[in-house]
Amino acid sequence: MKLLNYTSRYFVIILLFIIFIWAAFFYYNMLDEIYDSMDDSLENQKGLVLQKVKDNPEILQKKQFEDGYYTIQKLAGKPKKMGKDKYRDTLMFMENEKEFEPVRLLETSFSQAGNYYKLKLITSMVEEDDLVEELLYSIIALYLGLILSILILNNFFLKNTWKPFYSLLEKLKKFSIESEHKITFEDTKIEEFALLNKNIENLLYKSQESYKQQKHFIENASHELQTPIAISINKLELLLEKNNMNEDQIETFSSVLQNLERLKRLNKSLLLLTKIENNQFIEEEDINLNLLLQELLEDFLDYSTYKKVELELIQQKNLRARMNKDLAIILFTNLIQNAIKHGKVGTQIEIIIHKESVMIKNESDHTIPLDVDKIFSRFYKETALQNSTGLGLSIAQAIAKKYGFTVTYTYKDLHCFKVNFQQT
Amino acid sequence: MKILIIEDEIDMLQNMKQTLEKEGFLIESATHYESAFQKIGVYAYDCILLDIGLPDGNGLDILKILKEKGINDGVIIVSAKDSLDDKLKGLNLGADDYLSKPFHMAELNARVKALLRRSNFGGTQNIELGNLSVNPEERSVWINQTEIELNRKEMDILLYLIANKNRLVNKTALAEHVWGDHIDQADNFEFIYSQIKNLRKKLTAHQVDIEIKSVYGIGYKLDVL
Repeated sequence: MKLLNYTSRYFVIILLFIIFIWAAFFYYNMLDEIYDSMDDSLENQKGLVLQKVKDNPEILQKKQFEDGYYTIQKLAGKPKKMGKDKYRDTLMFMENEKEFEPVRLLETSFSQAGNYYKLKLITSMVEEDDLVEELLYSIIALYLGLILSILILNNFFLKNTWKPFYSLLEKLKKFSIESEHKITFEDTKIEEFALLNKNIENLLYKSQESYKQQKHFIENASHELQTPIAISINKLELLLEKNNMNEDQIETFSSVLQNLERLKRLNKSLLLLTKIENNQFIEEEDINLNLLLQELLEDFLDYSTYKKVELELIQQKNLRARMNKDLAIILFTNLIQNAIKHGKVGTQIEIIIHKESVMIKNESDHTIPLDVDKIFSRFYKETALQNSTGLGLSIAQAIAKKYGFTVTYTYKDLHCFKVNFQQT
Repeated sequence: MKILIIEDEIDMLQNMKQTLEKEGFLIESATHYESAFQKIGVYAYDCILLDIGLPDGNGLDILKILKEKGINDGVIIVSAKDSLDDKLKGLNLGADDYLSKPFHMAELNARVKALLRRSNFGGTQNIELGNLSVNPEERSVWINQTEIELNRKEMDILLYLIANKNRLVNKTALAEHVWGDHIDQADNFEFIYSQIKNLRKKLTAHQVDIEIKSVYGIGYKLDVL
């Protein structure tokens, strides 16, 4: 859930509740006030009527409202609650309106010259009724308006306040540790965000720096390792040439030599990988991939024959790509080599050139898909092949990435590596 | 023939020296820019192996001065940098070849011999080993005046082994030379064996005076019988 919706949701729930209570309270309070004032005026009139009765006993005969606002009824005896006022709402048929209208009625009793009378006083509630109705609508309108405006304002302010935060998120999303590009943030007046930006900027800068240092370290380390390894190999070769060793010794030396060669390979691959990542292959040319693959396949003929697999080049289209030629060769060498290395004896490896991609398909004894998340990572080996550096596919991917191409792996009875030359 | 090795790495220098001395070359060496400079001024060499990453100067400057003075010693640049830029610069300045570190001694041998052949005989002279006669430039092979048809790789292997005759050639060195630098250590280069086998078959069919021996797990050796 988005931050905005999250806070809005709470806001709405709390506001609905609080304002509802407030509105109800307000409404009933007002209502009470209106009744109070009506009842006061009725009481006042009662006083006037009682005064009038004393002055003019004739009106004691007034049994109907007709032209007045009160009736007096003689009672047989003393009422239970003598002189007690009783208010209530009722309906009364109004001649002029020809319908029942709400009225407020005061019922009380009094005594006059030893007789007991019941007095009923009324006052019309038509206007008050309208007022109450009006009040209710106003409150509902106010209630809704208040909530709506609070929400809109809240959204507006939140959006504005959190703007630096969202811009930070956007930048982090696009951030790549490999890129040389430094992230910069616009200034914000909000101290917390300024602090956050500053810290993140620092953090990113440090990560980029340490990434760069790590890259350079690997490059320097593998570079420095080259010479001692080469010297050791050369010395061993010279020693072996002296030819004064028995077979046992030769076997041991041969094993040492092979392991040194392996170390050299590994180191060379690592160096190559860092060189690709450090953008040290600047030269680019337009390469005819059909031609390049034809040549490569010829080079691989000995190896494929030895491994008893057949290489089949299917050229559906002519494909060209702009890249470094050495890297193009390495990219396909690694992929084809991989296919031959793991290819099933007696099967065919298909290399298909499409309009914008090259696919390399091989059958294998390994009939389950490889782990797509891992095969391109450094030093990952699916099989315990001793001579594999575990860097071939990483290198292939690094090359593709450098030019915005992609290398993808899929499995459908055949292991299939696809190099897509459509730049992403 | 006299060769000057300009190289600051002592172990490397010793390896190169030992390798080339075995071939009967006269080797002189310099480990610094200054001493290299002095030697060039005094003696003439058939070949100079020039490391461009010297501690007290750039080897390319030595090359520049050589060419300015009109000294036509053959120059092979040796560089650990493996950068295209250096390679192009070196070749543009008039170097004859470029060898990037690390390299196999067999490769060094082959390069030096190829250079000497080109500069001394213009590449016209055939290499004679018993009844075998090879012309590397024309890529032709004769045994007792009968021309033998070899494919590209068999030819490359033969030339490489001839340049390193009587020496043990590491099969990695051979594979890298013939199949290219990018070929991974695919199954320990066992696959080169089939080419060797074919080559042997073609040569022995004509009673050649050489023998390509397999040396257990390490590589091959060409002996003249």
